[in-house]
Amino acid sequence: MIVNQFLILAALLFSIGVYGVLVRRNAVLVLLSIELMLTAVNINLVAFGAMISDAFASGAVFALFVIAVAAAEVGIGLAIVLLIFRNRSSANVDELDLMKW
Amino acid sequence: MTFGEWIGETENIVFLVISLVMVGAAVMVVVSRNVVHAALMLVLALAGSAAVFLLLGAEFVAWTVVLIYIGAVVVLFLFGIMITRAPTGRDPADLDHTRRWPAALVAAAVFATLATATTMAFEDRPVSGDIVSAEELGDVLFSRFVIPFEVVSFVLLAALIGGIVLARRDR
Repeated sequence: MIVNQFLILAALLFSIGVYGVLVRRNAVLVLLSIELMLTAVNINLVAFGAMISDAFASGAVFALFVIAVAAAEVGIGLAIVLLIFRNRSSANVDELDLMKW
Repeated sequence: MTFGEWIGETENIVFLVISLVMVGAAVMVVVSRNVVHAALMLVLALAGSAAVFLLLGAEFVAWTVVLIYIGAVVVLFLFGIMITRAPTGRDPADLDHTRRWPAALVAAAVFATLATATTMAFEDRPVSGDIVSAEELGDVLFSRFVIPFEVVSFVLLAALIGGIVLARRDR
């Protein structure tokens, strides 16, 4: 196994996630696409960790940190989406132009 | 290394199958007309990432992905879809923008930039599939990385309290 194959897979997943974030209008689906991007980052971290194989297992440790932060982000993000839906009865990100000048 | 040499290794055939499934599932996540199907396709993509982690020998990370992502985060997403009454196929126009081509162009540019930059920097460096055991990882997590670990646990606590405060009905 070479490191390039994992890097290309991660780049592909990340760009698919970018497409999803840009094209989706429902806030829950935008969060789903962000999860795809975070998965791509995790693949990169673990692949680099396996490439350098240092004594501290840094790649795996940082992938675990990313997973924990992603879980926190999903919890807060869905709570905010829920609140917006309750106030405006819509989870459409295009209609959230309250702070647009 | 030519493609013929690369595909000669058994691990790489496994990797190719897993990554094809992952990319297909990821595309379905961003194009599916049905929100519930998008969430279930995310399960498939995350399971593929867990399989890639197993190939790389990071077994604890792989099972953490299965437990936390597939077990908790996707269930949270399904609850979010249920509560926000996201369109499940009946009202397809509301789900996507009409301007798909600029987004696809941006995504293709991101892929081209990332792929060329990373592959040019690390050409053909070998990756070992040596197993990082849970014991080793726990040792390192509670000695070398103990401060970041505490910070992450504090972030999780803040997210927990914030989630409860935000989603509460009586205020």
